Amino acid sequence: MLSQQGIATEENMQGTVDVLLTVSASPHIRSEVTVPKIMYSVLLALLPATLAGIYLFGLGALQVILVGVFGAVAAEALVQPLLGKKISVLDGSAAVTGLLLALTLPPALPWWMVLTGSVVAIVLGKAIYGGLGNNPFNPALIARVVLLVSWPAYLTRWQNPTSLFSKSAASAAASSADAISAATPLGILKTGGGVAAIGHIRLLDLFFGYRAGCIGEVSILALLLGVSFLIWKGYVTWHIPASCIAVAFAVSGAFWLINPGQYANPVFHILSGGLMLGACFMATDMVTSPITGTGMLIFGAGVGFFTIIIRIFGGYPEGTSFAILIMNAICPLIDKYTLPKGFGRRTA
Amino acid sequence: MKIKTFLGGIHPPGHKDLSAAKKIQDVPPPQRVYIPVVQHIGAPGEPQVKMGQKVKKGEMIVDSQSFVFAPIHATISGTVVDIRKFPHPGGREVTTIVIESDGKDEWFEEPHECKDALKLPPEKIKKIIRDAGIVGLGGAAFPTHVKLSPPKDKPIDAIILNGAECEPYLTSDYRLMLEKTEGIVKGLQILMHTLGVKRGYIGIEANKPDAIEAMRRAVEKNAPHPALSPQGRGEGVMGYEKVPQIEMVSLKVRYPQGAEKQLIKTILNREVPPPPGLPLDVGVVVQNAGTAYAIYEAVSLEKPLIERVVTVSGRGIKEPKNLRLRLGTLFSEAIRHCGGFQGKPGKILMGGPMMGLAQYTTQVPVIKGTSGILVLSAEESVQGEPSHCINCGMCVRACPMRLVPSLLGTYCERGILDEAERAHVQDCIECGSCVYVCPAKRQLVHLIKHGKGVILAKKRREQSKLN
Repeated sequence: MLSQQGIATEENMQGTVDVLLTVSASPHIRSEVTVPKIMYSVLLALLPATLAGIYLFGLGALQVILVGVFGAVAAEALVQPLLGKKISVLDGSAAVTGLLLALTLPPALPWWMVLTGSVVAIVLGKAIYGGLGNNPFNPALIARVVLLVSWPAYLTRWQNPTSLFSKSAASAAASSADAISAATPLGILKTGGGVAAIGHIRLLDLFFGYRAGCIGEVSILALLLGVSFLIWKGYVTWHIPASCIAVAFAVSGAFWLINPGQYANPVFHILSGGLMLGACFMATDMVTSPITGTGMLIFGAGVGFFTIIIRIFGGYPEGTSFAILIMNAICPLIDKYTLPKGFGRRTA
Repeated sequence: MKIKTFLGGIHPPGHKDLSAAKKIQDVPPPQRVYIPVVQHIGAPGEPQVKMGQKVKKGEMIVDSQSFVFAPIHATISGTVVDIRKFPHPGGREVTTIVIESDGKDEWFEEPHECKDALKLPPEKIKKIIRDAGIVGLGGAAFPTHVKLSPPKDKPIDAIILNGAECEPYLTSDYRLMLEKTEGIVKGLQILMHTLGVKRGYIGIEANKPDAIEAMRRAVEKNAPHPALSPQGRGEGVMGYEKVPQIEMVSLKVRYPQGAEKQLIKTILNREVPPPPGLPLDVGVVVQNAGTAYAIYEAVSLEKPLIERVVTVSGRGIKEPKNLRLRLGTLFSEAIRHCGGFQGKPGKILMGGPMMGLAQYTTQVPVIKGTSGILVLSAEESVQGEPSHCINCGMCVRACPMRLVPSLLGTYCERGILDEAERAHVQDCIECGSCVYVCPAKRQLVHLIKHGKGVILAKKRREQSKLN
């Protein structure tokens, strides 16, 4: 405890006190923003993308989300006492991690894989480093990559949108075999015929989310809504999303200009895969991104750059997760070299 | 008028409405005053009186040979009944002169008007200001005559009058600007004359339009004064810069707008270099509005500093007020003049809630730097348990000194003080903006203050080893 208490009983009348007064260092007032408030706001900001995912992919998506969130919360509640830490599971950070993980998974993933992911995210992504604030990597992405390398076939089994409400359960079941064999736009680009094969994909469909993909990444509209809320609240700044998207656009645009027959156009790149989800909600994770505006711009630019480079030259069709983890790793270095020049020190 | 501001800062709730409409109220002089020999940074003074000695108000009772010292005066007439250690609002016990009133409230030397204050030579004015015991009344209480004695190689070309009063709750400067407008402007003119400066600025936050308007009218009525000294440093075309001018500047409501460095940056776009850099390194002297009024009283009325306006406010006070109090009045008495406590007090502060000092008792005297007495309720005093930094960067965006408070806090917490120094921990002005916004409720200023203290002590030790 940093505050102490003093006592005054010399006179007991008006203007003197016989109660304990709190004595502590200034300042004596605090804003109403707390860590839980930020975390619950992030959950709220993810709600549009979550609902869009459930709407587009049905009950499978809902199951992944529920297992993801409650798995992470349960894992945190169990692991904290084991490590002798105070249980802070109600601060909402575990729920955010669980939800973010779920949103980066395919809708048809078996529940036990999702649960494995949640436990990995909390235990190997966060708790072993000392809990919230100490983890160098985004816990949800750590878990996603562990799942991807453990069960690559499951993690790349996609499903076309089969709206909960537009089809009856029977017809949904009938078409499920069909749906499971779907491919993401980036998958088609990588292994399904290249640029010629993505010609029929409408950009507007990509914007609203009518395509195969991870639960939370498909609806660009929902993601932009969510991140706008966080920027408005002041919990996230524009730097990382803006520089990430701008650099991804520029790099993919440069390739497209060189050879439009071989490389997809930059708008397609921005609207496909997990770039938008990553730029808005993963790369902006406070703990694992730089603290200054300049640092954030560099960080975001790196995420955008590596995402496109991995998409074009890498073995995987999508590279956002890896790009963010790479930038997480060099975040301390960015922080070190982007310390602001203090007041009165610009000329010094 | 363009509204100006600076980078960083915060918007805490103002709560000025509690006392803003309350006229400055005089209260009867107290039966006893407790006058500590320490009222500001620098060497403590030597008592000039003995036990049992009769004194009159305005009589000098504490003095020192040290240059960085302003004398202290008796604030009531009566008898010195005690000279002993007594609680000081700074936190420690300090040698304090206790005077028991004789009920007559007699002056040592009755104040009287000095018509041509602006014709006095600057050296004489500085002496008057020193002898009157004037210090910065904004809170830091730095002796004013020292600020008015810049080294020869540091020319001063501007004086800024600080009427920002950016601390929540405090309204003493605001009331003074409304009620003693002319005196403040005259005080500024005396300052400009003393330093031979042609440019005066009055900075007031935009949420006090009536004060801005009142000051503007007083400036138009009084300035430029023909008696101002001609040794101006301006090189303006056609002698334009030779005419002394006072400019009103409307400031955006943002804490810490009234911090010296931020005020200079806002009004003149000059950045004071890091410590030991001072405003005079960029040719500026900043004085608080209340100080300007005290200077006017000292020079034009020959009245020493024996009283000041104190805002007594907060949710824990029954009837918030702006009181003119004799220095040495106990906090408990000031609180009694405001109807006593409302509910259970949680925290009692000297100054504002951002930089004020928490008190452990109300049996401490009002000193020259007491701009306010705040009583926070028990609920308001709960600060939340600090948790681990989540690197959100809110403190970085709030820091008006462009530091990384979270990093400084961590360095100081873990005792990595060489790194803290490299990250310029000594630049921190302890404004508290970072702590205010921190969602993890970390006590950053507490940690930084501690780290700065340890670094300073180490430097002193090294220095004394060399000598």
